[in-house]
Amino acid sequence: MHILVCIKQVPDSAQIRINPVTQTIMRQGVPTIINPYDLFSLEEALRLRDQFGGEVTVLTMGPPMASDSLRKALAIGADRAVLLTDRFFAGSDTLATSFALTQAIVKISETFGAPDIVFTGKQTIDGDTAQVGPGIAKRLDLLQLTYVAKIVECDPDKREIIVERRSEGGVHVLKTKLPCLITMLEGSNEVRRGAMKDALRAARAEIVTWSAKDAGIADMTKCGLKGSPTVVKKVFAPPPRSERAFFVPTADVASQEAENLITTLFERQPALEQDLTTTAAGF
Amino acid sequence: MSDKPAAPASAPSRASMKKELPEHFRGYKHVWVLIEIERGTIHPVSFELLGAGRKLADSLGVELAAAILGAPGETMREAAKEAFAYGADLAYLVEDETLADYRNEPYSKAMTQLVNAHKPEILLLGATTLGRDLAGSVATTLLTGLTADCTELAVDADGSLAATRPTFGGSLLCTIYTLNYRPQMATVRPRVMPMPPRVEGREGRIISFKPDLDEDQILTKILKYVPDRDSAKSNLAYADVVVSGGLGLQSLENFQLVRNLASVLGAEFGGSRPLVQKGWITSDRQIGQTGKTIRPKLYIAAGISGAIQHRVGVEGADCIVAINTDKDAPIFDFAHIGIVTDAIRLLPALTEAFRKRLSPHSRDRLAG
Ligand SMILES: Cc1cc2nc3c(=O)[nH]c(=O)nc-3n(C[C@H](O)[C@H](O)[C@H](O)COP(=O)(O)OP(=O)(O)OC[C@H]3O[C@@H](n4cnc5c(N)ncnc54)[C@H](O)[C@@H]3O)c2cc1C
Ligand SMILES: Nc1ncnc2c1ncn2[C@@H]1O[C@H](COP(=O)(O)O)[C@@H](O)[C@H]1O
Repeated sequence: MHILVCIKQVPDSAQIRINPVTQTIMRQGVPTIINPYDLFSLEEALRLRDQFGGEVTVLTMGPPMASDSLRKALAIGADRAVLLTDRFFAGSDTLATSFALTQAIVKISETFGAPDIVFTGKQTIDGDTAQVGPGIAKRLDLLQLTYVAKIVECDPDKREIIVERRSEGGVHVLKTKLPCLITMLEGSNEVRRGAMKDALRAARAEIVTWSAKDAGIADMTKCGLKGSPTVVKKVFAPPPRSERAFFVPTADVASQEAENLITTLFERQPALEQDLTTTAAGF
Repeated sequence: MSDKPAAPASAPSRASMKKELPEHFRGYKHVWVLIEIERGTIHPVSFELLGAGRKLADSLGVELAAAILGAPGETMREAAKEAFAYGADLAYLVEDETLADYRNEPYSKAMTQLVNAHKPEILLLGATTLGRDLAGSVATTLLTGLTADCTELAVDADGSLAATRPTFGGSLLCTIYTLNYRPQMATVRPRVMPMPPRVEGREGRIISFKPDLDEDQILTKILKYVPDRDSAKSNLAYADVVVSGGLGLQSLENFQLVRNLASVLGAEFGGSRPLVQKGWITSDRQIGQTGKTIRPKLYIAAGISGAIQHRVGVEGADCIVAINTDKDAPIFDFAHIGIVTDAIRLLPALTEAFRKRLSPHSRDRLAG
């Protein structure tokens, strides 16, 4: 099997700081990681490869330094890494991103063989849209299985796959045909650490690096800002609430504190007492 | 009927960020909301979206339509009635056996066909597993813009949809436009928008639409549907009272104090993200930007610092009570009532005090 995994290098956004004066993001020095959701998809891809044989290719679109993430993916166990990098891609929204990635996947198919399964992450932690996966699926005409909790069965010969897909109120067991696009749910598997031999291989591996032209993209108007139907007009910090909390007096004994709190609560929110009495009675 | 874009992407220059809506999009009018039905039940987010859509339609002076997809049957008419009660002026009923349960292929085809036939200006969907799955496919097929997980929707001076959403892991907000493509698409998470009032008996028009679908050409089959056990399902998003805990509780044993208070209040319990990572709570109980958005009447947060990612998930609560040892914790910037104290000490006392206060005995007193 040939399995392709799209990964994105993202800022470890827990550590993002905002410049209080200019209200802009201070990106310098922010460490980057592989989008955590992508790791569950990578792991699932590796499991399928281990079971059926074949290769896992990882693909990312990003600046040259995104090769760091590809190398990490190789160290975890991927067989091949492709970096799509070009200044034309700057400012891509999800539609333009899925266009560029799709073109790269077509090129990968021509060069290394067509993937049987394309994985993407459920969503990214920076873009957080969950749109790029469905975008790629639509453009490549792949069947789409998002929010997959479990791959129940995969039969590469019959070209069939059965998965459990999470919905709002339950789980759908779906059967579909390969090739398809899958996004895995977080926690659906345990991501491996990667073997020593993979770490050594990763350090030396050549990363296939393509520009837009290399990937066969002729129509640059579909890339980057130009190819993005959405326009970000304004970025701003959330406005603070006009007043701070009303502080309840503390006390030496906890029971007194509890009384103070409840008294304040019901004074300020008189309707709550009746509401709470009703909800509490329901239990 | 086609499920291809209405016109080939002409790729106008957009770097200028000016609105130059191409001629063929000018006829796109009205605001649509996808009504999400799973196993005969309408997801409440659809009503919340009708509330938001109503406001957009009114400011644009256009109609609000509900797009209802499903197998032919009584459920569809019922859904239309509900949509009218929550503010829709009309309902498109897209009935076909292939639409009985959600599957990406037939749903995205049907939705695209409906859009191409009736041309909405704005299309809103819930940011649920169904809505997100569908929206991405439809927007890509139509080659239009889609803004995910919006927290605010408005119409600006020139009639464009201004969709605001958190960005960079929630540290900032941004406002996004789809100036030159139609429809302007957006998803909104459950509970982000308030539930509009339901007006019994409010009426609307029904327009039937027959999609061009064929089961034989749909490759994905549903083998089974396993509903979540009720006991396993938390009703966090829609609970009236929520008690939650954060890292300040220091241990899984202490987290039990949160559950105890919740149980006395008849409330749901939840927590901040680090507790999920520690395995103290399951991920469906995480509150915040990457967890659940809640809008309870009362939210009690114990030992939670109030990071922005947490804040965006709870801001819709009517009353936020924060218990934190640090008087400078950011949670006090958006809580309504705060107490600077040790939650581990206060919670048992608070549970006991509420138990007394809300017991049947004192309820009699309240009534008398
Ligand atoms: C992309 C991204 C998405 C995220 N999504 C979410 C999300 O959806 N939900 C979420 O919650 N977080 C989310 N986070 C994490 C968020 O940034 C914070 O790290 C998290 O909310 C902090 O959790 P906490 O308040 O429990 O812990 P801390 O920030 O460590 O706060 C603990 C608090 O407890 C107080 N405390 C200590 N001891 C006591 C005591 N005995 N009694 C009372 N108070 C005490 C401390 O003063 C402190 O304020 C996200 C982060 C990122 C980067
Ligand atoms: N620049 C990129 N390069 C490679 N994969 C990407 C890129 N952007 C998004 N993806 C994939 O699409 C998924 C969903 O991203 P998003 O729509 O941004 O939430 C991610 O988890 C990745 O697998």
